[in-house]
Amino acid sequence: MRAHTVVYVALAILALAAPILGLYPVFLMKVLCFAMFACAFNLLLGFTKMLSFGHAAYFGSSAYVTGWLVAVNGWGTIEGILAGVAVAMLLGLVIGAIAVRRQGIYFAMITLALAQLVFFVCLQAKFTGGENGLQGIPRGSVFGMIDLGRDKTMYYFVLAVFVAVYILISRIVHSPFGQVLKAIRANEPRAVSIGYEIERYKLAAFVLSASFAGLAGSLKALVLGFATLSDVNQGTSGEVILMTLLGGSGTFLGPVVGANIVVTLQEYLSDLVGAWVSVIIGAIFVVCVMIFRRGFVGEIQRMYAARKRP
Amino acid sequence: MTVFGVPLPAILGQLMLGLVNGSFYALLSLGLAVIFGLLGIVNFAHGAFYMLGAFAAYIALQFFGVNYWGALILAPLAVGLLGVVIERLFLRRLYRLDPLYGLLLTFGIALIAEGVMRGLFGASGKSYPVPTLLQGGLNLGFMVLPIYRAWVVLASLTVCGMTWLLIERTRLGATLRAATENAQLVQAFGINVPLLVTSTYGAGVALAALAGVLAAPVVQVSPLMGSSLVIVVFAVVVIGGKGSITGAIVSGLVLGLIEGLTKVVYPEASNIVVFVIMAVVLMWRPSGLFGKE
Repeated sequence: MRAHTVVYVALAILALAAPILGLYPVFLMKVLCFAMFACAFNLLLGFTKMLSFGHAAYFGSSAYVTGWLVAVNGWGTIEGILAGVAVAMLLGLVIGAIAVRRQGIYFAMITLALAQLVFFVCLQAKFTGGENGLQGIPRGSVFGMIDLGRDKTMYYFVLAVFVAVYILISRIVHSPFGQVLKAIRANEPRAVSIGYEIERYKLAAFVLSASFAGLAGSLKALVLGFATLSDVNQGTSGEVILMTLLGGSGTFLGPVVGANIVVTLQEYLSDLVGAWVSVIIGAIFVVCVMIFRRGFVGEIQRMYAARKRP
Repeated sequence: MTVFGVPLPAILGQLMLGLVNGSFYALLSLGLAVIFGLLGIVNFAHGAFYMLGAFAAYIALQFFGVNYWGALILAPLAVGLLGVVIERLFLRRLYRLDPLYGLLLTFGIALIAEGVMRGLFGASGKSYPVPTLLQGGLNLGFMVLPIYRAWVVLASLTVCGMTWLLIERTRLGATLRAATENAQLVQAFGINVPLLVTSTYGAGVALAALAGVLAAPVVQVSPLMGSSLVIVVFAVVVIGGKGSITGAIVSGLVLGLIEGLTKVVYPEASNIVVFVIMAVVLMWRPSGLFGKE
C-alpha cells in the first residue's frame, strides 16, 4: 500500500510540474487525452474482459460533435463537451445493446464492424467535413472567466478532468457494481447462476466506457483544435488496445503508462521513419501478445508481489 | 426499360459488380471460417494476406515477368507458405490462451505487412493489367458483360465449391471436421493434428491470396486494399454463423449482391449496408443465419 502512495504522489508532482519543467504542454495534453481513452477502454478489457475493437467510434464521434457545436454553432466549451459525451453514451448504448449478446471473439468482431459503420457515416455526413475533417476548433473558456486559449491553462484543465475520471473509474471498479463485473470476468456462467443479469451489467460497463472514451475525444478535439477521420478509424481503435496491453490491462496505472509510451513513440518515430511507424507499432503488438501479456505495470506488480512473499 | 426509375442495364451492371465483390467476400470469409473452425482464431491478417496476394502478382509481373496465370498458382503458394511460417512461429504458442490473443496477434501482423508494403511501394495504388485472354466484353444484348469479371465469379465459385466438397465430402475433410469438434480425441486416433492445423491455416491464407490475385486487375493494388475489406468479411462471417462453411459462401455472395443493389437504389448507404444487415441479423438470430448454437 505504501508503495502505491509513493508512486501516486510522485506522479502527481510530476504531472503538476511538467509544464514548468519545460515539457511541451500540447504534447502532454495529447498524452492525457489518450491516457483517459485507454483508462476508459481498460474498464472493459481489464475489468470485464470484453475486447471492444471499435472504441474509436465513441472517441471520434464525440470529438466531431464537440468540434462541430463549438466551432460552427458557437456553443460554450462545457456544453460542447457534455453534448459530445452524450452522443458517445447514446452510441455506446445502441452498439453495446447489440454486442453484449455475444461473448469473446464475436463481441470483438461485432464492435469492430459497427464501429466501421460509424466511420462510414462520419465519412459521408456533411457536418464532419468528410476527408478534411473539422479544423480550427476554438477552446473557449470555462466558468465564464478561465480562458483556455493559453496552453498551460488548458493543460491544468485537462489534467483536472483526467484526475477526476481516473478516480471515478477506480471508484467504479471498487464499487459493488465493479465487483459484479469482476465476477463476470472470472466466470460468466457462475455469475449467471448466482442470479445476476449479466447482460445488463456488461451493457452498463460498455456505456460507461464509451462515455469516458467520448470525453477523451472531446478534450482531444479542443486541445488540438481539429477532429478528423483518423480519430474514428480502426487504427485508433487498435492503438488504444495496444496502449492498454502494453501498460498492463486490468491494472489502474497500466493504460496511463501505455498511452505515454505509444504517443511518445508516434510523436518521435513518425519524423524519423515515416511510414515504417506502423511496422514498429505492429511489432510491439506482436511482442506484447507473445511474451509480454501482463504489460509493464502488470510485470512490476508481479515482481513486487513475488518479492513480498517469503 | 427502367425499374424504380433506374435503367435496367445500370441495375444489371451494378448487380454484376456486386456479384464480383460477393465472390471476393465468399472466398475470404470461407478461408476465415475454416481457420476459425479449426484454430479458434479470428484471423485479422486475412485482409493483409489478400493484399499480399495481389502484391505478389504485381511483383511477379513487374520484376520477374511472371504472367497472370503463373501468379494465380505461385502467389497463393508463396503467401500460404508465409502463413505456415507465421502459424509455426507465433500462433502455435497461443492456442492454450484466450482466443482474443490470436485476434490481437494477427492484427499486429496485419499492421506489419501493410506498413512494410507501404514503406516499399508507397501508399498509392498500382494497376495490374487484365490478362489478354480475358480482355474485352461479351455483348448479351441487354448489357455488355466484361469477360474478366465473369471469370472472377466463375473461378471463385469453382474454388468455393471445391473447398466445400473437400471439407464436407472427403476423408480428409471428415478428419478436419472431427478435429474441429475434439482435437485431442482425433490426435488419440493417431492423426497428426498439429500438421493438420498448420496446413489448414496455410490453406486459408492461400485462399485469401488467391482472392487477391483475382482482384488485382479489377481494383488498384495498394497496401491498404485489405484493411477495410477484412471488416466487411468479419461481418459476413458473423451473419453466416459460427463455423458454417456454407453460411460463409452463401452470405458472402448474397451480401455482395445486396451491396450492388444498394448502389443503385441509395448509393450513400452502400458502404454500410452489410453492417446494418449484421446488426439486424444479430438482433433476430444472435448465432447468425446458419449458426448451430
